[in-house]
Amino acid sequence: MAQIFAYITHKGGVADDTALELAAAAKMIDGAAAVTAVVTGSGATLDQVCAAMTGSFAEVWKVDNAALAYPNAEAVRKALVNILPPGGIVLLPHDTFGMDLGPGLSIKMNAAFVADVVGIAGVAGATLKLVRQEFSGQVSTHVSCDASAGAVLNIRPGVCKADAAGAAGGQIVDKSAAAGDLAVGRRFLEVVEAEVGDVDITKSDVLLSIGRGIEEEENIEIARELAAAMGADISCSRPLVDAKWLEKSRQVGTSGLTVKPKVYLAMGISGSFQHMGGVKGGAFMVAVNKNPKAPIFQVADVGIVADILEFMPELTEKIKSL
Amino acid sequence: MEILVCVKRVPDTAENEIEVNGDGTDINRDDLVYSVNEWDNYAVEEAIQIVDRVGGKVTVVTIGDDESEEVLRREMAMGANEGLLVADDAFAGSDGRGIATLLKAVVEKGNYDLVLTGAQADAGAGQVGGMLAAMLDQPYASLVDHIEVVDEKTLKVGREIEGGNREMNEIQLPCVLSIQTGINEPRYVGIRGIRKVASVDIPVLGAADLGLAAGTVGAAGARVKVEDYFVPELGAGAEMLEGSTEEIVEKLVELLKAKGGLK
Repeated sequence: MAQIFAYITHKGGVADDTALELAAAAKMIDGAAAVTAVVTGSGATLDQVCAAMTGSFAEVWKVDNAALAYPNAEAVRKALVNILPPGGIVLLPHDTFGMDLGPGLSIKMNAAFVADVVGIAGVAGATLKLVRQEFSGQVSTHVSCDASAGAVLNIRPGVCKADAAGAAGGQIVDKSAAAGDLAVGRRFLEVVEAEVGDVDITKSDVLLSIGRGIEEEENIEIARELAAAMGADISCSRPLVDAKWLEKSRQVGTSGLTVKPKVYLAMGISGSFQHMGGVKGGAFMVAVNKNPKAPIFQVADVGIVADILEFMPELTEKIKSL
Repeated sequence: MEILVCVKRVPDTAENEIEVNGDGTDINRDDLVYSVNEWDNYAVEEAIQIVDRVGGKVTVVTIGDDESEEVLRREMAMGANEGLLVADDAFAGSDGRGIATLLKAVVEKGNYDLVLTGAQADAGAGQVGGMLAAMLDQPYASLVDHIEVVDEKTLKVGREIEGGNREMNEIQLPCVLSIQTGINEPRYVGIRGIRKVASVDIPVLGAADLGLAAGTVGAAGARVKVEDYFVPELGAGAEMLEGSTEEIVEKLVELLKAKGGLK
């Protein structure tokens, strides 16, 4: 099996949770592999991350360059193409950075690419058998990937259980000189932080979260009545924010806010991984959806197959009558 | 500005229950409601708005079969000026790289300043835009939820990143951007609008028109293949509440009380 590389994303001198998840994924591909972590960045924070990664990886390749101080995927791609040997397997997290980097990296390395891998089912020679999901998570697929010329695999965050940081005693190898010219046609300007809304849903104990099943903007009132009866705050999934029916500050998910309520009532939400990635802390989750195959029923504690527009008023009446 | 928008006809997951067929080789495609991929629709709207501001032309392209033409007409009814259908039996079984290879050939036949794709489609890969940009040696930004035209050679783009934050970048034209939903509010298309463009000629491009060598696209060139479709066996799914609505409501209220869901 080819050499395996894990790209480590980090912020403020701390590696992302996905770092050790990628180490675990690499072991699933090849239990005997000496896996190499690749860390790009600049200065002291980069050194901190590299030092931390020596506990979990056999080698840690450090690329220090001012152009990599912010992870601009275009510049990172150039550096990786210059330092990685052809034919290697590169693991990236399937997050907003990995989605920016992976596809183009695979082309420049002439490697195969598989996005959003949720499982590693087996390896036969240079062929990887991987698990993915299609159609908003409604069905899964086995995918074969010919990695004989290398592969870039974007691994969904949270699916590979990370081992605790160990004492691998990895070597740090400075690859900065090999990174080459990093001039690119895209320049990072700034990160504009999300606006804070009138209600901070990250602090709510009980959330009534509504999704596409609400169908029309005026139906949000039905949810508001239920939320008032329960003493819950209203949150939502992405389509309601896209439609401008609710503020971004109400959106739960990886591209919205991460919430940690005691009770999460998901109304008419299908349960995409991007949405579920925003619900943490072991909430008691109730899902109501008229599609019995909605992926949310796989992760909820309690499920009800019903049209939320009919179900919510019934629930509101009952609670009011208590 | 000359803009090419890549669109795809997909089963509408909001309108369909997707089921695996009998032998697991595909999903059941009978009686599915198809529509234009939601992300692509935002991309077309964005292209039209840019052209409204700075002038130019919007071309929509799709790779598919005769039935795919309907999504081109729909997007032309929105305001796209031209449509291109890329169709050839030789293209069947293409993986993401194959699709990007086809689109590269389409881009090179034109003179586009900007290429837009949706951030992802039905397979949830989000790969074609980034591959296409790398093949064209053009800059790329994914998950774009904001575009400003700075001048003839530069755009300012926002990318949606984790936590509801937005990463601002300056990017040189020509470039490729993948568009995230929510960037705009796509206009409504009525039956009348679609009728107006019903007879507009849509050129069909095949392997010979695109000058592609055999084996670079289609199943033969694919290094990534879907082997089967399945519904995973779940250890612990949700406990499903069943019975009359009254009974279900009763049970749910008890559960909510017990878990602190009622205040």
